[in-house]
Amino acid sequence: MSRWLQSLLSRRDVLRAGAGSAAALVGAQAVGQVPPAAAMDHTKMPPPATSPKGHGEHGGNLLVGTVDHVRNGFDPMQLLTDWDGGKVSRLPNGQTLRDYTITAQEKEIEIAPGVFFPAWTYNGRVPGPTLRCTEGDRLRITFFNHTSHPHTIHFHGVHAAEMDGVPGAGPGEIQPGASFVYEFDAEPFGCHLYHCHATSLKRHIHKGMYGAFIVDPRGGRPPAREFMMLQNAFDTNFDGANEIYAVNTVGFEFARRPIPVKKGELIRLYLINILEFDLINGFHLHANFFNYYDTGTTLEPTSRIVDTITQGQGQRGILEFRYRFTGQFMFHPHISEFTELGWMGLFNVVESANYAAALKDAGLDAAWDRRATQGSTVKGQGA
Amino acid sequence: MSTNVPNPAKTGTASSLWGLAILPVLLLGAVLAYLVATGGGLKGLSGLPVEQLNIGRITLPERGVITMQVVNDSPQTMTIPQVMVDDAFWNFTADPPGPIPRLGSTTITIPYPWVEGEAHSITLLSTLGATFTATIPVATLTPQLSGSLFARFGLVGLYVGLVPVLLGMLWYPWMRRLSGRAMNFILSLTVGLLVYLAIGTWLDAQEFAVGLPAFWQGTPAITLIAVLTVGVLLAISGKRNADEQPLGLSYRIATGIGLHNLGEGLAIGAAFAMGEGALGTFLILGFTLHNITEGIGIVAPLVKRNPGLKQFFLLALIAGGPAILGTWIGGFAFNPVLSTVFLAIGLGAIVQVVWEVGQLVVRNTARLGLPVAGWSNFGGFTAGVALMYFTAFMVKF
Repeated sequence: MSRWLQSLLSRRDVLRAGAGSAAALVGAQAVGQVPPAAAMDHTKMPPPATSPKGHGEHGGNLLVGTVDHVRNGFDPMQLLTDWDGGKVSRLPNGQTLRDYTITAQEKEIEIAPGVFFPAWTYNGRVPGPTLRCTEGDRLRITFFNHTSHPHTIHFHGVHAAEMDGVPGAGPGEIQPGASFVYEFDAEPFGCHLYHCHATSLKRHIHKGMYGAFIVDPRGGRPPAREFMMLQNAFDTNFDGANEIYAVNTVGFEFARRPIPVKKGELIRLYLINILEFDLINGFHLHANFFNYYDTGTTLEPTSRIVDTITQGQGQRGILEFRYRFTGQFMFHPHISEFTELGWMGLFNVVESANYAAALKDAGLDAAWDRRATQGSTVKGQGA
Repeated sequence: MSTNVPNPAKTGTASSLWGLAILPVLLLGAVLAYLVATGGGLKGLSGLPVEQLNIGRITLPERGVITMQVVNDSPQTMTIPQVMVDDAFWNFTADPPGPIPRLGSTTITIPYPWVEGEAHSITLLSTLGATFTATIPVATLTPQLSGSLFARFGLVGLYVGLVPVLLGMLWYPWMRRLSGRAMNFILSLTVGLLVYLAIGTWLDAQEFAVGLPAFWQGTPAITLIAVLTVGVLLAISGKRNADEQPLGLSYRIATGIGLHNLGEGLAIGAAFAMGEGALGTFLILGFTLHNITEGIGIVAPLVKRNPGLKQFFLLALIAGGPAILGTWIGGFAFNPVLSTVFLAIGLGAIVQVVWEVGQLVVRNTARLGLPVAGWSNFGGFTAGVALMYFTAFMVKF
């Protein structure tokens, strides 16, 4: 007669201070700057939904409520097109120099409506700034550590040993209160990333210290609408398994707010997988096929006409595709578990004539549109 | 103490007595107010918030709906902003909504297309990212009160409780023809089976208590309630001699066993409600066999004086009837707090009759000129425990 009793609690006994008082404030209403598509409502019982309602409701599979992006200080929708070219100048030898300042900060961020995570961040956001440059540019990244733990920045690329941002190389781990300047030339071109390489590695990465590092080829790439999608996840109870999956941190964000694109235009995704604890991640595009450039280090696709790719931890690549039909089309990893735990979004494909309206519906402006279409750092290819 | 110093207690007036009694309370109030208002200078010691959530009864009231009762067991208010079912974030409503105060509760309703006969797991995610998981071992519609189901549950209780007790009582005529020695053996056997039941009741109570929110302090509560029950029963029955009041003793045995059977019924009913009621014929058979011994124990004190048929039926009803009641409660309105309390009372009642029957055995053996700790008593006791233990093989799962 013993097994009928329910298994009881699995719990995180000791949690970070500071959110205890916030516990009373969240969950009721989040003051987002976005149209309240799915504002939390505990007063009415919705009918058991069986058909997707188009606006990101995968049946009843959703996060209840909305995240306050203003309080977070970053918006996943803006992160799609938030290229950072740094402060540009010219070296005596004619080489382009890009100066960046990156600060490690501890910050509590809202990763799902009402769920707070004690993140370690680059510049107070997860993912950190999307560094974008052209092959051969000289990069100078001044790194300040304003946290209580040692951190580093490890860039995927080609550089001197002392610039590798790992313990024991050059300055090794940058101690709390200290700073260091990482300097190297950007190569090879491709879709890369940077992340903290301090020990313990798993925790330093999964707590939020990572970002996209995009190096444009010297000749640029064909004009396209470009988005940066960084696949991440959060182990909220620190048991070595993720609870929430996403692109650009907030689960189901692009299901709630489908990304507006035009029918027929070339769409280019810079897709990066920074997952911890799970070995693989992936990307599946609905009702469409794409060309894939593994690691983005080639000008010719490494896989043609595929609709699903798989990426291991730290892998990334570039996807190119066009939509033949208007409508809302899902994208997600073909790993159902991750899909249902937040890593799922939609493209809202509209005719060119309707694009301005679609932008407005999504709470976006012309500046967002401009960044998406003119993100390249190559002369004559936009900003 | 010097004799010329007056005792202050005797010289004080009534009002000053009250004043002396109330002074610590007033000071306590002042200290509490100071702590609440200022934190008492312990701000730097404020620890990390601990979140604990007790997930109580999970029900499946209709197709596509899951409801669960949740009690906030943490030292502070907490909020459940998100819910996962089978590793998928899911829509839900909470009633009442919003933050749950300490010791407060809420009912979470999830419109989820659960699958008949399969397992589901539900995880609640807190503001701080803590997870609290409960499982539905076998999904099935929670029994809704209906005439036919009510009758069927009653029937289960009948087979498990009332029928075996009645059958066991049928040994009464045979027992009356036994010699004093043999009868003493039967009484020792009764002690054995009651001791077995006491242990079983203690374990069942513990099992219910495990599911309770921490503030109920399950084990101390069970112990205290059982001890209080023993005390009350001893106070009631202590003046009488069991030799003169065999019927009273039988009633007390029946009551203890009845409360134990109530627990058995509760467990069976709750198992049904949770979809685990694979209560096949084999299991019913097992319970019948297991509980038949109880009938012997109840009538054993009555061999010297037949109280009449009506009394036997009443005794059977008291001992076996609660199994029916328990099955109903467990199946339709399970309440872990009440269940724990009932079982704790049952434990106390059984312990008290163990004491009483034990004394009876001691007096009998003295009368027969046998050693109290002799083979006869020891054999009977062992036989009682063994009977219960081995017949339980059929009902333990």
